[in-house]
Amino acid sequence: MNSFAYTRADGVTHAVAERADESTAAFIAGGTNLIDLMKENVARPTRLIDINRLPLTTITDTENGGLRLGALVTNADTAYDDKVAKNYPLLAEAILAGASAQLRNMATDGGNLMQRTRCYYFYDLATPCNKREPGSGCSAINGYNRIHAILGTGSPTGDVQCIATHPSDMCVALAALEATVQVTGPDGDRTIPFAEFHRLPGDTPQIDNTLEAGELITAIDLPANGFSKNYAYLKLRDRASYAFALVSVAAALEMEGETIVDARIALGGVAHKPWRRPEVEAMLHGKSASNDVFQTVADAMLDGAQGYGHNTFKLELAKRAIVRALAQAAKLN
Amino acid sequence: MTQQPYIGKPINRLDGLDKVTGKAKYAAEFDTPDLLHGYVVNSTIAKGKIKKINTQDALSLPGVVKVFTHENRPKLAWFDINYKDQDAPPGSPFRPLRDAKIRYDAQPIALVIAETFEVARYAASLITVEYEQVAHLSDLEANRHKARKASSGMATLLKPPPPKPKGNFEEAFNAAPHQVTAEYVHGMEHHNPMEMFATTVVFEKGRGKSGGKYTVYDKTQGVTNSILYAAQVFDIPFKNIRVVSPYVGGGFGSGLRPQYQLFMAMLAAQNLKRSVKVVLTRQQMFSFGHRPATIQTVALGASAEGDMTALYHSAVSETSQFEDYTEVVVNYGGMLYPPENVTLDHQLVPLDVSTPLDMRAPGGVTGMSALECAVDELAFKAGIDPVEFRLQNYTDRDPLADLPYSSKELRECFRQGAERFGWLKRNPEPRSMRDGHQLVGGGMATGIWEANQMPARAEAALLVNGKLRVSSATADIGTGTYTIMTQIAADTLGMSLDDVTFKLGDTDMPAAPIQGGSWTAATVGTAVKTVCEGLAKKLFKLARKMPDSPFASALFDEVVFADKMIQLKKDSLMAVSLQSVVDSNGGAAVRHTSTGFPNILKQRKYTRSAHSAVFAEVTVDEDLGTVRVTRIVSAIAGGRILNPKTARSQILGGMVWGIGKALEEESVMDHQFGRIMNHNLAEYHVAVNADVQALDVIFVEEHDDIVNPLGVKGLGEIGLVGVPAAIANAVFHATGKRIRNLPITLDKLL
Amino acid sequence: MTLTEKAAPPMKQPPSLPAMHTVKLTVNGTETELQLAPWTSLLDALREYMHLTGTKKGCDHGQCGACTVLVNGKRINACLTLAIMQDGNEITTIEGLSQKDADGKDGLHPIQQAFMDHDAFQCGYCTPGQICSAVGMMNEGHVKTADDIRELMSGNICRCGAYTNIVDAIQSVMNPQPDAA
Repeated sequence: MNSFAYTRADGVTHAVAERADESTAAFIAGGTNLIDLMKENVARPTRLIDINRLPLTTITDTENGGLRLGALVTNADTAYDDKVAKNYPLLAEAILAGASAQLRNMATDGGNLMQRTRCYYFYDLATPCNKREPGSGCSAINGYNRIHAILGTGSPTGDVQCIATHPSDMCVALAALEATVQVTGPDGDRTIPFAEFHRLPGDTPQIDNTLEAGELITAIDLPANGFSKNYAYLKLRDRASYAFALVSVAAALEMEGETIVDARIALGGVAHKPWRRPEVEAMLHGKSASNDVFQTVADAMLDGAQGYGHNTFKLELAKRAIVRALAQAAKLN
Repeated sequence: MTQQPYIGKPINRLDGLDKVTGKAKYAAEFDTPDLLHGYVVNSTIAKGKIKKINTQDALSLPGVVKVFTHENRPKLAWFDINYKDQDAPPGSPFRPLRDAKIRYDAQPIALVIAETFEVARYAASLITVEYEQVAHLSDLEANRHKARKASSGMATLLKPPPPKPKGNFEEAFNAAPHQVTAEYVHGMEHHNPMEMFATTVVFEKGRGKSGGKYTVYDKTQGVTNSILYAAQVFDIPFKNIRVVSPYVGGGFGSGLRPQYQLFMAMLAAQNLKRSVKVVLTRQQMFSFGHRPATIQTVALGASAEGDMTALYHSAVSETSQFEDYTEVVVNYGGMLYPPENVTLDHQLVPLDVSTPLDMRAPGGVTGMSALECAVDELAFKAGIDPVEFRLQNYTDRDPLADLPYSSKELRECFRQGAERFGWLKRNPEPRSMRDGHQLVGGGMATGIWEANQMPARAEAALLVNGKLRVSSATADIGTGTYTIMTQIAADTLGMSLDDVTFKLGDTDMPAAPIQGGSWTAATVGTAVKTVCEGLAKKLFKLARKMPDSPFASALFDEVVFADKMIQLKKDSLMAVSLQSVVDSNGGAAVRHTSTGFPNILKQRKYTRSAHSAVFAEVTVDEDLGTVRVTRIVSAIAGGRILNPKTARSQILGGMVWGIGKALEEESVMDHQFGRIMNHNLAEYHVAVNADVQALDVIFVEEHDDIVNPLGVKGLGEIGLVGVPAAIANAVFHATGKRIRNLPITLDKLL
Repeated sequence: MTLTEKAAPPMKQPPSLPAMHTVKLTVNGTETELQLAPWTSLLDALREYMHLTGTKKGCDHGQCGACTVLVNGKRINACLTLAIMQDGNEITTIEGLSQKDADGKDGLHPIQQAFMDHDAFQCGYCTPGQICSAVGMMNEGHVKTADDIRELMSGNICRCGAYTNIVDAIQSVMNPQPDAA
């Protein structure tokens, strides 16, 4: 861990101003990922701006019938919040499938979005990594890539730059729910649709998301529809708990009788960001729930997927997981 | 009145209070004024040499005291023999900071010493190294053609190489109506005890040439081993060094050899004449000994009726380029099963890795994980129930050594285990049982582990306050040593547990061997019993000399020690309190020191082993491949059980390890770099609480007067040995798929 | 909350030490003032600067749970938070869990006693974290079944494998409903 200065921000404006003054500073909230990365010398901020005392710690109703999650609400408080548990059980289940109770008590909702991708090589300074050192090469492509991406790894130049995956469970549910991210920064406030918040590696794998320099997440807005009747979060991993997903599926259906009228499918553990394909989801509209239909959708969701050896099993696993999650959401059987 | 006998009772762990209140101190927790902190830097290549190591930036940081590298390492012992510890395999031990040569990835190459931990850690990150890299070998499979016999040495005594073939395997196998041939593979595994390796050296300046005194708090499974190493490497007289280790946060074999933090802390303390603490990181816990990756081939033949006729078991495992680490992997089939035609072989492939190191049930769980799956396959081919098959091929003698077992209640393990598990309710047809999407399976396997005993010394002292203190420089790595030794001492001298203290983990105490191989209960237990018996005789002699002694004309055999008194057997009212005996000793404690020896003449006529029968139930998701172990029953024939509570915990721990080994654990090496990549507890998966459901332990009654005077066999390893095979066999029964490559992760079942 | 997405530029100025700050923590009921650099984790503050070594370091990366302490009653991993971030907070460690009994004497927390009675540990190194975690879990109030205990205690690794005894010990204090299965 390098030497750094510390500032405790006493308001959002203060935090943003401090960050604007020092481009190599970083905001710190729960710290569960940033401090880990600092101990590995992967992150080396010159200053930490502690935002934990900012008034972003409540869950409130929004005008359009949704919920606003303050950026500093902990993952645990979110999952166990009465309104979240009742109206957004998919989100609550996804959160509780992640990390451990202790980490969920520390990690904040805004911080959850800011987790960096998980990759053995990104975390290990002894090995080349394009995300850590652009241009140094990706060790995972020809290395040990069990946990790595199978989708969205392409780049404009044709050379795959990075096959790391986003490790969040919460974000997979947020992607399915089509949350929006409220941010503020030197140029004022803006709203980022969830699908546009995280990005694919392309030719700039060092950039995980579309935040501009100095921007701060203030809240995450959940739209009114929480798909609370027909949903499933399925997480597959190498032990029963306290492990990152190999593949996870957030499935949410809106049904009228036997007929699906709206569908959302988000995948975790397969790409640099939570993976969605709205055009594939649309294939379910007007269909009756059945494993055959779900299989067709699963195949389409994985269209173009590519394995790199150790992770090639994910191509089949993800399909099976999609079918199972949709079946659970539709309450088949 | 005391509650004798304590032996056999489920006494709560006597070190429990210290452990639940946070008072138990581990090696990194001994504070001393002006303590310096060390942080180790490791190589980032697997083979080659250091061209340049840049330490200027680190040294320029305020608070950095010194950076040790191979370039400025003080002169130390020259000969390999000085670096050979009690568990060193044949070869040339690794010496930290010896020279510029890189022998394996993550080899320690520098030590930063600073005033605080944080400064040392930061300074370590400022050190840059230029290497001259050469091609490395790290892939066992790709290099298996280089396999060769292991060289032999001291360690070979406890780890006999495979014996010469008997009969004619090939002929018998080819003639066998039922045949199985299969290859079994597992990767490297790391012990990962919860406590990271740490050494705190408290240095006191001294006069004269000896240069001061060293009190060394070390994480070790044997303080004697640590002191021998430190004294010899750093040329320190024994009177000036003491190694202390009252609590050890798990070992599982990793502490059987001195690890490099001991070297580093001693190096800095001696050179700087300061107290120093060095704690390894979790990543560095992957930079030394490990269970070696091993490829095994098992071929079995049986008659039409299911009698085993042919057994072939070979293993190829990795070792380092500088030491020949071996295990007993292939011998167990020859000990457990009766075929007349047996060929066993074990070879090594030297790779550019750190030397492997005994890891819980070393060799045993490796070999039995393969053999017991092959036996399951053979039973299936022969159409015989796996339990029946093992009973049909049961041996009361060890066919390999041609000796009887000193005791072997394995039949009873099969019976009681099967009954508790409900084995007969299992539909023998694979893939025949399900619960929704979950395929359900039951499997079983046998376990075996040597019941060894070593010599050990102990001291017993009846203190002036009438309390008994017994000590031996052994360890309690969570095994219950404190508790069972106190029970043995209290029973031997007829005292209450409250009046007896057992001390360990200090080289000021009489020497005991490293705590490993499941031999501590037998070894130190015998020493404690022997020394307490010796003290009893001494006390009796003193009692006879007391004025008006009721024992003036009595013989030792005519008295009994009970209720803190020496009493005449025929008249318990004729008694002298132990307090008055010690009072008569001129104000001094009554002490006795002796050695407990194994009775080799008696033991050598028998094969001495603990046995187990393990029954496991799994569910496997038919689509997703996820395996859950829903139930394990382990029936253990482990001799006399000194404390059913701590003994049960040992077996439970072995079962949890079995779940990890079967389903989760593997240190994965990237052969591009020769580097282990999942070097953390997030991605080296050990079992967590949610992985473990119903575990059931049965101790089968077993009497054995030959193994040792206590009749105990040791329980540290036997709890693990049969578990992975039982789980793998259950997975087969659930799915119809044989997974011969551990761990059984979901992808292998898709 | 932005990390160093754009890789931090190489630091060319000579390395230096961070400035010290005053950090006030109430640890086990006692208010303590420490002079600490921001890079000191809460775990290292407890172990190295306050000599409260009951809280253990098992990985230093939030991957084992040995460092679990209660902050304002909630269980967290002390290794992944900086002491300075906890300024003004109430910290409870294993050393502060014992409770006064009716006679005003220090007695064990029921979870501590249950761990002893159920042999819920072997080497003891994960034990303070397990116990603090169990107490935190009880404060949270989300346990209904033994399976809930298994899941909600999964952030505390026990390499000795005492899990079943840990669950038994916690159950004996909480007495939740038996497994539905």
